[in-house]
Amino acid sequence: MNAPVLLSVRGAGKAFVHQGQPRWACRDVSFDLYPGEVLAVVGESGSGKSTLLRLLAARHACDAGSVHYDVRAESGEQSSTLMDLASMSEARLRWLARTDWGFVEQHARDGLRMNVSGGANVGERLMALGSRHYGNLRRETTAWMERVELDPRRIDDLPATYSGGMQQRLQIARNLVTHPRLVFMDEPTTGLDVSVQARLLDLLRELVDQLQLAAVVVTHDLAVARLLAQRMLVMKDGVVVEQGLTDRVLDDPQHPYTQLLVSSVLTP
Amino acid sequence: MTTDTHYNFAFLDERTKKRIRRALLKAVAVPGYQVPFGSREMPFAYGWGTGGVQITASVIGRSDVLKVIDQGADDTTNAVNIRRFFARTTGVQTTGKTREATLIQTRHRIPEAALTEQQILVYQVPMPEPLSKLEPSRRETIKMHALQEYGLMHVRLYEDIAQLGAIARAYDYPVMVNERYLTSPSPIPKFDNPKMHMNPALQLFGAGREKRLYAIPPYTPVRSLDFEDHPFEVQRWDHACALCGATESYLDEMIVDDQGSRLFVCSDSDYCEERRDAGHVGTQEAVTLHNPLSQEAA
Repeated sequence: MNAPVLLSVRGAGKAFVHQGQPRWACRDVSFDLYPGEVLAVVGESGSGKSTLLRLLAARHACDAGSVHYDVRAESGEQSSTLMDLASMSEARLRWLARTDWGFVEQHARDGLRMNVSGGANVGERLMALGSRHYGNLRRETTAWMERVELDPRRIDDLPATYSGGMQQRLQIARNLVTHPRLVFMDEPTTGLDVSVQARLLDLLRELVDQLQLAAVVVTHDLAVARLLAQRMLVMKDGVVVEQGLTDRVLDDPQHPYTQLLVSSVLTP
Repeated sequence: MTTDTHYNFAFLDERTKKRIRRALLKAVAVPGYQVPFGSREMPFAYGWGTGGVQITASVIGRSDVLKVIDQGADDTTNAVNIRRFFARTTGVQTTGKTREATLIQTRHRIPEAALTEQQILVYQVPMPEPLSKLEPSRRETIKMHALQEYGLMHVRLYEDIAQLGAIARAYDYPVMVNERYLTSPSPIPKFDNPKMHMNPALQLFGAGREKRLYAIPPYTPVRSLDFEDHPFEVQRWDHACALCGATESYLDEMIVDDQGSRLFVCSDSDYCEERRDAGHVGTQEAVTLHNPLSQEAA
């Protein structure tokens, strides 16, 4: 692939201090992510998947290694360059998180503002970027609600009145409204029933395809990885034990843990 | 009233007043920015203007003429008590007339008469942080001010329009000071917001319980937030003041009998009096409004 790298991770690690001793939640993770590519991170619970995601999204600082992101050039500058997240100011990181990135939380309630309507949730990022026309906001919000298959008539309802699947779709719309290039998803389908999961996955696959989104999806569901991701990382005890193309990893697992993981999937 | 010599001039000791003045200098240098200050216990309950009183005490001089207003009136409990407090501890001259005053402490109104460069307006502020209802964390709101991230305030206004059809805030309507800091104008009616814009007087704001003060220096642009297609508007009344016939002032609505008759009068008592002295006369009677809830109407 000769496209420029979007996200470059080198030896990234994060340690939490536990009883005076540093415990590595994840360490020595390296990979490159290209524009439009979807990467799945799988592993058992406690294997450091979510910590890794938080490192990538600059919610935690790396204790080892680095994360570089291809920051979109501001007006004037010609080419964009890979920048170390650790070297960027907080203002810049917050700006990135609001515009160029999305973060879909596992629990929609963590990612939504529950005390304002669904429409305000979708419009929040636009208003943060300076949109000051109510009619335009309304139009854009309605369009996005339709796009994620939400009934636009419910635009003024509070998210608490939405079902779990609808909340998750609202959260996705809220994140995608600024056309980010990279979306982080932390187990986007857990806690939803199987039919809703399937619809949500369909929707995600379609959106990722239409918008040429790059995404890092943390999941413990191998089916999600198979459906969405081109490549995957398998983590165990904070270390990447195997990585490669999704079909290769799932059809021909090399590492004993991956073999165990693949063979433990239930098939009805 | 004779001056009480047991207290220092204006109650607070000189070092405390000096510290507050230093904080005020910073506030004037950064318009709209909330400066923390060492708020003192005052012989008032919180909520009765302890922040405003401390600012007034630290800027008042022997030649000042003090006016204190509460909801526009000079003769309500809060105004009378604060005026007596300063008369007793400083011996300065007090007045009810806006034009004669050099220092005006106010609760919830800006006088109708235009202010001048010689005047200082001191506001009593209960809650100085305009974002507090939206973002409970103080640490986070400080960060939002620092990075000028004010999208959240518009989310609140959006929500008003979506649910109620218009921006429903009638008082404490958020303003942008000098196009930099989002600021609470204190609970003045939004009717008074346009008066803050490019005002020749120095405007000082004190919140005693929250230990913050801020300022709008003379001739500073102050913009009320709005949407392009839902512009900021002030209240208008269909009636004139019953006493002085004014149509341009902020009116209080009083129910005067069991039939629901309303008397509309100027909230600014000094303004109303001045107009009456100049010969303006209102209808002198209450109006009966159509009451949609009464049975006769049905």
